Amino acid sequence: MEAFLAALALVFDPFVLGVMLLAAVFGLVVGAIPGVTATLATALLIPVTFFMEPTPAIAVIITTVTTAIFAGDIPGALLRIPGTPASAAYSDEAFALTRKGQAELALGVLLTSSVIGGLVGAVLLALFASSLAEVAFKFSSYEYFWLACLGLSTAVVISSGSAVKGLVSLLIGLFIATIGIDLMAGHPRFTFGSAELSGGVSFIPAMIGMFAVSEVLRFVTTTARGRADAPQQPLRRIFAGVAPVLWRYRLNLGRGGLLGAFTGILPGAGSDIAAWISYGVSKEFSAEQRKYGSGHPEGLVDAGASNNAGVAGAWAPALVFGVPGDSITAIVIGVFYMKGMNPGPTVFQQTPELINAVFISFFVANLMLLPLGYVAIRLSRRLLSAPPHTVMPIVLVFCVVGAFAINNSMFGVIVMLVMGLIAYVMEENGFPVAPTILGVVLGDLLEESFLASMIKSDGDFSGFFSRPIAAALGALTLLVWLSPLLRLWFRRRST
Amino acid sequence: MRLNDAVIGAFLLLFALAEIGYTATFPKLHGQPFGPDLFPILIGIGLGCCGVVLVVRGLQARARPFSIGASWITLGDWAANPRAVGNFIIVLATLAAHIPISEIIGFPLANISLLFVVLLRLETAWRPAAGLAIAVTVFIHVLFVKLLLVPLPSDPFHIFAPIDDLYAFLRGLIVNPS
Repeated sequence: MEAFLAALALVFDPFVLGVMLLAAVFGLVVGAIPGVTATLATALLIPVTFFMEPTPAIAVIITTVTTAIFAGDIPGALLRIPGTPASAAYSDEAFALTRKGQAELALGVLLTSSVIGGLVGAVLLALFASSLAEVAFKFSSYEYFWLACLGLSTAVVISSGSAVKGLVSLLIGLFIATIGIDLMAGHPRFTFGSAELSGGVSFIPAMIGMFAVSEVLRFVTTTARGRADAPQQPLRRIFAGVAPVLWRYRLNLGRGGLLGAFTGILPGAGSDIAAWISYGVSKEFSAEQRKYGSGHPEGLVDAGASNNAGVAGAWAPALVFGVPGDSITAIVIGVFYMKGMNPGPTVFQQTPELINAVFISFFVANLMLLPLGYVAIRLSRRLLSAPPHTVMPIVLVFCVVGAFAINNSMFGVIVMLVMGLIAYVMEENGFPVAPTILGVVLGDLLEESFLASMIKSDGDFSGFFSRPIAAALGALTLLVWLSPLLRLWFRRRST
Repeated sequence: MRLNDAVIGAFLLLFALAEIGYTATFPKLHGQPFGPDLFPILIGIGLGCCGVVLVVRGLQARARPFSIGASWITLGDWAANPRAVGNFIIVLATLAAHIPISEIIGFPLANISLLFVVLLRLETAWRPAAGLAIAVTVFIHVLFVKLLLVPLPSDPFHIFAPIDDLYAFLRGLIVNPS
């Protein structure tokens, strides 16, 4: 209770609320610009959060992502261009409503379900994270090794496209994580005499490069130009007609929130995958399947709640185990390290007020979303008129300044540039980028826990299955590894 | 630019061999059969295996003449468009040259010039481009240099001296209202 009160005082500080408000506006603006993702927005924020205390830094990230994920729905509904990938699953459905002259209803349903979904996700995060942390206290290096393996393997299996390319992407990330002084023996690896590489590849400039620079490069090489104009429909009575829809689909609202939060917990699966799954489930179990695709709000309720719940869900493994649930929480883990904190169960014991501040920030951010989202919808024509060809060069200079500001050195800018080019080439050739990021984040944990376990068990591999939770996590990991073979086997049997 | 999987696979294979060869020179942990070389070697083996799979896939794709990835290199639409190629080069040059140029002429002037060039290149009209370049640079200067105390390369021409004076005046009002 004491920690909760301390957390309330931390979050309801005028400075923290002020920066959360600014972050909400920032999130709504960037989320509504097609091509500028919530991850890119987070990457751009890091240099600023670097100079803040932990609570405002984390509250700013939470608010930006919460609002950006909803804001992506606005161009999705009005132009059929999702602002962020998390809105892609149901943009067609929302746009179909707009074409029927019901843009207000589409956006009203999406806004309210986003807020409710976000609150469901925040409740689940608050309920489960602390209980999981209790379990995590009993973890030794064996459990952490399997957890890191599970996180990395799920990221490869879930990633879109070829599994081999997902694995290559992961191995690239793990290789990058090995660069620098080895912590066990103190031997420099792949530094080639560079003092700057001795500390490893700077995590934050690498993130800015992989998410922001690659996005800018993709934009400037896109030959298609021109922007659709938002339909001239009134956007005033946004909440009219929303309550009956939400009441009718109240079970969908809860289901979308739960499904989103649990999908978010899976490493590598963020809000975008949560929205696709929820929209698919909604259609599958609907009594009005035929209406889907023609402007039916049921799927919007499920998926709109799901992607915002997924934002909170992804924080659970990041806070409890230090294993990111998606690329945004991978950045968050970087921010934790920057603040001198190691995400994991000890954070729950040493700074419980900070953990409670995370939960409270989610509630505040989602509650802020309701009025600010309303204003954003009212101003949507202006928001959508922000031309990306003007925004992207500005993003570019912020990338340079941000990468420089982390260590006040040119080296950060070089890391950003190289990683941006690598990510661009990878994506052009069908290699997903998310496993690389997870590899960079989890590489140290994987190696350290493996070597510590081997030393403990005196080189005996059976030690990895000697404890019940470790054995269960190990079995689960092996199942994930075997899943492509099992799928093939089942497919052959059915034909 | 899309490369045939065999090209990427061959590159990964070569990289893996070089990485494993270099890693073999790492010392072992005292009294243990493994050390700092273990993980890089495992990563190298993994990359090598994936490289072989990609080479096989790429060669299979080449055997099907009309399949995606049948040619060694497929240039994207943008590579045939001189404007897009120019955009790509200008963005990379801006990223690489921003801080070195800033160290010579100072951050404000370098940022205004480079941002103005990229905005113009991406088809923003010159007046809004100039206005935006100045406004964004002032914002970055106030946020990063004044508020967050980031030592961005200093400005030998003192073009932001009036902004610095205004900032000092406003700060004085807030800190010492009397």
